[in-house]
Parts: sequence; structure tokens; C-alpha cells
Amino acid sequence: MKKTVLLLPAAAALVACATPVSVGERPRLSAGDLDQVHAVLKRDFHANGQATMDRIQLDELQRACNLHADNPPPEVAKRIEEAQLKAVKFPSDGFMGDWKRGERIAQSGRGAMWSDKPGVQEGGSCYNCHQISPREEAFGTIGPSLAGFGKVRGNRPEIQRYVYGKIYNAKAYNACSQMPRFGHSGSLNEQQIKDLVGLLLDPASPVNQ
Amino acid sequence: MAGPMKMRATLAGGYTDVRVLMTHPMATEQQTKGQPHFIQNLTVKLNGKTVIEGEISQAVSRNPVFSFRLKGGAKGDKIEVSWLDNKGDTNKTESAVA
Amino acid sequence: MMKRAFACAAALVFAPALAQQSPYADYQRMARESAPVELFELGGEELWKKPQGPKNMSLEKCDLGQGPGVLKGAYASLPRYFADVDRVMDLETRLLHCMMTLQGRSREEATKRVFGNADRPSEMEYLSAYIAGYSHGMPLRPGMSHAKEIAAFELGQKMYFHRAGAWDFSCASCHGEQDKRIRMSELPVLYKPAVARPLIATWPAYRVSNSQFKTIQWRMNDCYRQMRMPEPVFGSEAMVALVQFLTVTAQGEPYRGPSIKR
Repeated sequence: MKKTVLLLPAAAALVACATPVSVGERPRLSAGDLDQVHAVLKRDFHANGQATMDRIQLDELQRACNLHADNPPPEVAKRIEEAQLKAVKFPSDGFMGDWKRGERIAQSGRGAMWSDKPGVQEGGSCYNCHQISPREEAFGTIGPSLAGFGKVRGNRPEIQRYVYGKIYNAKAYNACSQMPRFGHSGSLNEQQIKDLVGLLLDPASPVNQ
Repeated sequence: MAGPMKMRATLAGGYTDVRVLMTHPMATEQQTKGQPHFIQNLTVKLNGKTVIEGEISQAVSRNPVFSFRLKGGAKGDKIEVSWLDNKGDTNKTESAVA
Repeated sequence: MMKRAFACAAALVFAPALAQQSPYADYQRMARESAPVELFELGGEELWKKPQGPKNMSLEKCDLGQGPGVLKGAYASLPRYFADVDRVMDLETRLLHCMMTLQGRSREEATKRVFGNADRPSEMEYLSAYIAGYSHGMPLRPGMSHAKEIAAFELGQKMYFHRAGAWDFSCASCHGEQDKRIRMSELPVLYKPAVARPLIATWPAYRVSNSQFKTIQWRMNDCYRQMRMPEPVFGSEAMVALVQFLTVTAQGEPYRGPSIKR
């Protein structure tokens, strides 16, 4: 009995704290929150090299994913994915490039940063998040393993098109994916994406040995 | 010229633990494209008498830490650590055993 | 609002300050014992006492929150609200303030080279090492009673989860899920107290991979570079909000720095 009485005032104080001080929790961002952060970024960030201030402007996708904490309801997700897929520029002359070049692109962490001088070949930072060739031990685990990707799925044209589209714009297939939109953002060009498709799907690629 | 150097020498049951922090770029031939700059010789003196003559190479990285143990030693003993690099630069520091 | 804030502060104080069992504790202790950190503390002491700027003054009268010139415990109680500027400041921001007011230096001059390199560390790096050393062993207690301190926490928290930039990244894109790594580097989920505590308690630190002593505002800056975002302004409200968010998340942890990292 005595214990309960002592606990109550502390619990009440903690409940009073719960709203303004949610340490350890993920907040639910409102439209007002997005506006507030945008205004702060506009005032407190500046352009450097190729990292210009237009980058802080949220597009529809970023807005929606922020408002839904990366877990949008199915109908919202579908709308986002359809809109993103519409904007994908698929090549007209095939999807598969050179896997050897693809491996170099996957290994490179350069590109799109203010520290990247123009003219330096950019990469996809793919190994930052994924296992790809089983020969490479230094891989990240933010994304799923892609080892054996082509071996499992085959490489008929539909698969090639899917892989191309996924690298161009991952959000066209998974609305709030953490994977960057490499083609959409202009970080990788058509040939580079084709080379990455080759890396994943070419039967000769180490990924599929 | 030579950056700060700091030493601490403390008695620890029959031994003296010495730790020296040195400021030096320790730049390799490869890093400098043929103009390496690194400490080559380390000398430790106890009360004026040389007890360690060390040779280190460019394999040691920037700002080396040299940690060693001397047998014996008494409070107040003077320890001097000096280095000489491949360009002829030197630095030294002295400390009393605490 | 203020009354509730005080009740919150009281409740937080009553929460026991348990030192987290960190898997890195032994490594950090051993690494710290042989780190070149002391050389930076020495350099920082020199700069703290060195008269500089148009006013030819040292920083010895700088008030870091515990009174003019008081160093003991100063780092562990930052960020905090400063009435003389009516805003929340972290260590680096406050040092910049003192360089400008006590020494009469311009913001442009004082921030010309705010992050150094292996050959030439910056003043901020030397001074941060020196001052942080005076809080070693003390529990992290950033200010969380003033409305602006709470607002800074909340802003930092929102920024942490705000996706933007060319690659649609927020801090949480990498630091949001447990047991993930980027290449071979473990990615701590920094918005969780149990994770934040052993890590925030070790900044600023000597980074072996760079052979440089780095501060937390450097770390924030370098994150935004890799997030493909534009660059945050040193000492800005945005920067302080992020540092406040991380430090409050780690509060109570005994400060183990200045330290050494990979």
C-alpha cells in the first residue's frame, strides 16, 4: 500500500513529461513540423559545391514518407509508387551492360557530395548497404544481400527491366524505401545503371557464381 | 618545428611504467611521394645512463605513443626520452619518476 | 508550460544514473590510456590562455555555463541556455561566442578553419579537447528545464527523422534500425538512450582513421556531407539542436572523454 502511494506522484510527473520530452521514441511528424524543419534548414544550411539548397525542398514522396514515418497506408504507398514509376526513364536498347564496370561502380562511394569535384566518376555506394559479389567481405547490411541475385531470378527481359527500374528509382517499387533514387536524382547515368544490371544478372558475374 | 611531447613515469611494484606521447607526422614514402618524414631513433636515459636505444620505421603511424616498463626505478629518478628523425630533427622530454 | 518543464526536470533527476554496461568500455579505457589525446589537451590549454584578436584577450574569462573561466564540469552540462544571448549553445558554439565577444574576433575570421586536418588541427579541436577533459567522469547533464532547451531537443529530434536531400536520407536512414552496418561499421541507433549513452560520452575524440582530433559538430557536418545534403552552418541553431537531441538522449552517462575512436 505504502509503495503505491510513493509511486503515484513520480508516475504523474513522468506522465506530464511524456508529451514534451519523448526521449527514446520516434515522433510522429506533422505538416507543421515539416515546415518548421524546412525553415530551419533554409536558414541554417548553405550550398557547398554541387550540394545546392534546392536539395532541402521536399518532393511529394519525401513529404509523404516523413508524414507517415516511412510506413504509409497501402493506398498512399500505391499512389507514390505509381507516380515514381511513371517518371522512370527506361532505355530503349536493352538493359544489361558490363558487369566488370558494374562492380567498380558498386564499390565506389563517390558522388553527389559537396566534396566531389565535377568530372570525378561517381559511384553507387552499393556495398555500403548490400552484400553483392560473394568475393567482397566488406559489405553493409542496411539492405538485403544480393549474392546469387541472377542465379535465383534468371535474367529474362522482365527481370532486367525490373532491376533497371529498381536502381533508377527504388521507390517506384517500395514507396518509402531507404534506397536512394540513383537515376531519378541524376547520381548514376543510363550506362552506369545498365552496368549494375549486368553485375546482378549476368551469368558470368561473380554475383551468380 | 617539433610539436609537444609529454611523458609520464610512475612506480608500479618493482617496475617503472613509462608512457611517452610524441607529435610527429610519421609520413611514409608512399604518402609523401618520395619525401618520407619519420622518427628513426628513440633513446631512453635513466639518470643520465642510456637504457634503451630504439629504431623505428615509417610503419609507425602519426603521433606515436611509446609505452614501456623499466625494471626497478625509484621516486625522483630522472627519465629522459629523445627522438631523432630522418630529416635530422630532434625533440626530447624529461620527467621524474612519481 | 514552465511549471510542467520543472516537473519534468525533477522526474528526470530522480531517474537513477546507471552507468550503462558498454561492450566498448574496456577498449575505450585502454585506448584512452595510450591515445595522443593529451597532446591536444596541452594545445588547448595554450590556446585558452593565449591573448588573441583585436582585444588581445585570452579566453580565460569565457563563461561556459558554470561561471567565467570555470572549466570543471562545464562540458558535461552542455548544451544549455545562456541568458546573455537568449539561446541554447553547445561547447563549440559558446567558444565561438567567446572568441567574438571577449577577443573581438569576427565570425568570419574565427570560423575560417573550424575543422582542421592531421597536419594542422583547428583551434576548436584543441580547445574542445582541453575543456572536455575537465568533465571526465562526470554525468552528462545537458540543460532541459528552460523552454528553449526543450525546444532545441524537439527540433533536433524532428531533424533526426526528417528525410530530405538528393538521396532522401534522414539520420534515421542509417541510425534508425538495430544491428545494421554500413560496410563494416556498426550503425548505432542513436535515438535510443541505451545506445547513445556509451557513444555520446566519448565525443570529442581522436579518430585513428584520420589521425585527427574531431568534435561532435564535425561529425554532424560530415554526416550531412555523406547524406548528400547541403552544408550546416557551424554554431547554428540547427547544429545545436542536433547536439542537444543526442546529448539529452545520452544524459546521465558518466563522461568518458576526450576519447579515441576508429
